[in-house]
Amino acid sequence: MNAPIRRLSVLATMLFAMLLLSTTWIQFAKAREINAKPDNRRTLLASYNRERGSIIVAGEAIARSSASTDELKWERSYPLGELYAHVTGYYSFIYGAGGGIEGADDDLLSGRSDKLFYRRVSDLLTGKAPVGASLELTINPAAQQAADKALGDQRGAVVALDPKTGAILAMVSHPSYDPALLASHNLGAVEKNWLRLLKDEGNPMINRAIAGNLYPPGSTFKLVTAAAALESGDYTQDSRIPGPAALTLPGVEKPLPNHDGQACGANDETTLLHALEISCNTAFAALGMKLGPDALQEQAAKFGFGKVLNVPMRVTASSVPTGMNEPNTAQAAIGQYDVRTTPLQMAMVAAAIGNGGEVMSPYLVRRVLGSQLQTIDEASPKSLGEAVSTSTARQLTTMMEAVVSQGTGRAAQIGGVQVAGKTGTAQHKVGAAPHAWFVSFAPASDPKVAVAVVVEDGGSAGSEAAGGSVAGPIAKAVMEAVISS
Amino acid sequence: MSIVTSWRPRRGRNVELLLLIFAVAIVVLAYVSVEGATHGTIPANLATMAGGLLSIAVAFHLVLRFTASYADPLLLPIATLLNGLGLVMIHRLDIAEGRSITGGMALRQLTWSALAVGIAIACLLWLRDHRTLRKYTFLAGASGVALLLLPLLPFVGREVNGARIWIGIGPFTFQPGEIAKIALAVFFAGYLVRTRDVLSIAGPKFLGMQLPRGRDLGPILVMWLLSLAVLFFQKDLGSALLFFGLFVAMLYVATERIGWITIGLLLAGGGAVIAWMLFGHVQTRVLLWLHTWTPEALAASDQLAKGLMGMAAGGLFGTGLGRGRPDITYFAESDFIVSSFGEELGMTGLFAILMLYILLVERGLRIAIGVRDGFGKLLAAGLAFSVALQVFVVVGGVTRVIPLTGLTMPFLSSGGSSLLANWTLVALLLRISDQARQPLTDMAATGPIPTVGARR
Repeated sequence: MNAPIRRLSVLATMLFAMLLLSTTWIQFAKAREINAKPDNRRTLLASYNRERGSIIVAGEAIARSSASTDELKWERSYPLGELYAHVTGYYSFIYGAGGGIEGADDDLLSGRSDKLFYRRVSDLLTGKAPVGASLELTINPAAQQAADKALGDQRGAVVALDPKTGAILAMVSHPSYDPALLASHNLGAVEKNWLRLLKDEGNPMINRAIAGNLYPPGSTFKLVTAAAALESGDYTQDSRIPGPAALTLPGVEKPLPNHDGQACGANDETTLLHALEISCNTAFAALGMKLGPDALQEQAAKFGFGKVLNVPMRVTASSVPTGMNEPNTAQAAIGQYDVRTTPLQMAMVAAAIGNGGEVMSPYLVRRVLGSQLQTIDEASPKSLGEAVSTSTARQLTTMMEAVVSQGTGRAAQIGGVQVAGKTGTAQHKVGAAPHAWFVSFAPASDPKVAVAVVVEDGGSAGSEAAGGSVAGPIAKAVMEAVISS
Repeated sequence: MSIVTSWRPRRGRNVELLLLIFAVAIVVLAYVSVEGATHGTIPANLATMAGGLLSIAVAFHLVLRFTASYADPLLLPIATLLNGLGLVMIHRLDIAEGRSITGGMALRQLTWSALAVGIAIACLLWLRDHRTLRKYTFLAGASGVALLLLPLLPFVGREVNGARIWIGIGPFTFQPGEIAKIALAVFFAGYLVRTRDVLSIAGPKFLGMQLPRGRDLGPILVMWLLSLAVLFFQKDLGSALLFFGLFVAMLYVATERIGWITIGLLLAGGGAVIAWMLFGHVQTRVLLWLHTWTPEALAASDQLAKGLMGMAAGGLFGTGLGRGRPDITYFAESDFIVSSFGEELGMTGLFAILMLYILLVERGLRIAIGVRDGFGKLLAAGLAFSVALQVFVVVGGVTRVIPLTGLTMPFLSSGGSSLLANWTLVALLLRISDQARQPLTDMAATGPIPTVGARR
């Protein structure tokens, strides 16, 4: 019977070898993945054991951790709650970190990031309690407040950029919520709040500025069409182009009309400058068909369409559909059909024009700070490439200045400052009021701020609204706040 | 030509004593480290605890010195170390759950440990020759089956966590399956040593494999049905697997015929498929095993996921005793105690524990090879292999090698019946090893082999 016993002992060894393998698989190979599972209470508890870094705007913490007496040693608070909700996001014991910087830079705030490795080692050696890194943001508090106040109870979003660097100066999405509702250690209440926010038909937890509802850009997209025309070399701001009261599209029964049902100039003709100034639909639709879908798409891509950006929050890519026929192209050229953008993307278009054609990568974190508020890492502006040439940018600026000084965007005029802008009124659903848009930058000659505003369903003015009257004053308020600060 | 030497066989008792002190030292160190991490102090009762543990171990050692002086020197230290580590972990979980010393599980476990060691010593004193057990073959078989089926009876049987494997009389609960394991091993050994000649007669050849005769299939079919009954009526996948696996392994050792293993695997596979088709709880187990992280599985039960998260949190070197959160895992002191160790001692620590088990198993099998009588060989091999199977079923279940079943980890898990059974198992192995390692010259002194009613 000894031979089978020997074989049995080999079998037993094999069984144990399998156990060693499976243990290695879980504790070594897959450990990181399992630790990162969203509902892993141990990882959460471990991160609560360490002081989480603050999120700072202009020297003031808009998210900070303070010691608490319960099992979770640190409690997160948001002193300015709703104002910065979509910037900070939330840090919840049940639902994890998300909704903004809290989620996107969780590694840094919690101190887990590899960037903090040397600091961790030195903390270990000096016996200091490890602390997460703090983040100083690029937000201009005056601009953020102005945007929040001007948008008021209307649904929509405001984004402001520094055109020269891409630094995000304001990011507001309404309706908002108070992240403290999710950060509380009263877990029962947190769960109730979470469900209530999820069910809210206003979707307060969605950051409309960068994600969620993508909007049709409406007439603000005419900037892209105009840029493509100027870049083609066949046009200047003074080129004469057709601008009838209504444009017949090939194969489509109903012609495409202008808002006011009038022709855009004498003899159904207009200049490129004037067409933009009065936001002439037929002129840009015809222009779009002439340039073709590829030219529109290429120009849009140069402005950043189709790119997924991390600011550090993930920004949904804006898009111009592929394979468009002529009528589709005509519609796309005036920002309708299936063109979809984020407000941030439209702000980037305005910023690029103001910045002499160069698109800067948008970012929200200026500096990463250690526990003694010493700088660990500092953001450096990054270029995403040249969207248009300097001369095209100059002509577009002139055209946009005309929009504000004597065209559809007069509501955004600021005394003593040259403002360049473009209005938009985007049809998005049959029977619903259109979205009101406004994109702009100022001062036109040496811009300090570029803004995109969208007000859903025309805001309080209802379906009569044009982008200028509803969104224009909001953009104006934000630009004023930046210029005077 | 022969060389005459005054060679004395090494009994290994001194090695055993040294290892025992070593084992107790590790346990004490673990205890200090738990207290240090949770209370920040060195426990006040350290000397009492260390002294008590050491004196129990040394008492056992002395019994071996006088009644089984050739016994294997590794078994006792390994069992002591595992038992001690289990105690420390259970104590550590008591602290995490806020249970007091008197109301905690560690004290109960300690009481059971002392009782189990006492019974193991009694066993060694009573059983001077393992061959005596052969006389009780059928008594063991009958009581094994009875113990196995006891929880099914009304009034005494209790269903705990979905498995009806407990009996309860008043406030006392007991899991008789663990004791049944030993009784059945004795029965299989006694039965197979008698029938092995018949069972190994070659039957038809199939695909180049020698199958047994059809008329000899009776015993394996009976065992199969019994295992299925355990599975169906008690919903106890682990025990069914353990008993059937144990029988097939011993059948193979007795007959040396691979054919039996083939038939056993086929029957086990068939039983598993039938169980999977018929029973919702088996399907749930399979779902949890294969798709642990899917929302459907997590909605059904997140106990496996929680255990895995604990092990992952431990990583390579663990959080350190008293510094993790094993209390987040359900059944952290029983079915999932392996996860608790994985979390706080890391992969390294878990490897060390698994090494202790494989050492225990391989020593047991070595004893089986060394012992001279067939009954002893079968019994030792069966007992040793049952430990291997049980560890595989438990750790394999927790680490997703096989579906999770409800067995306890020998020596580590909280539970009196498990401790009693496993210490008795060690006592039997020690008794057999005493004969296995004894030189033939000494054998004469122990008297003739007792005759038993063999029909051969």
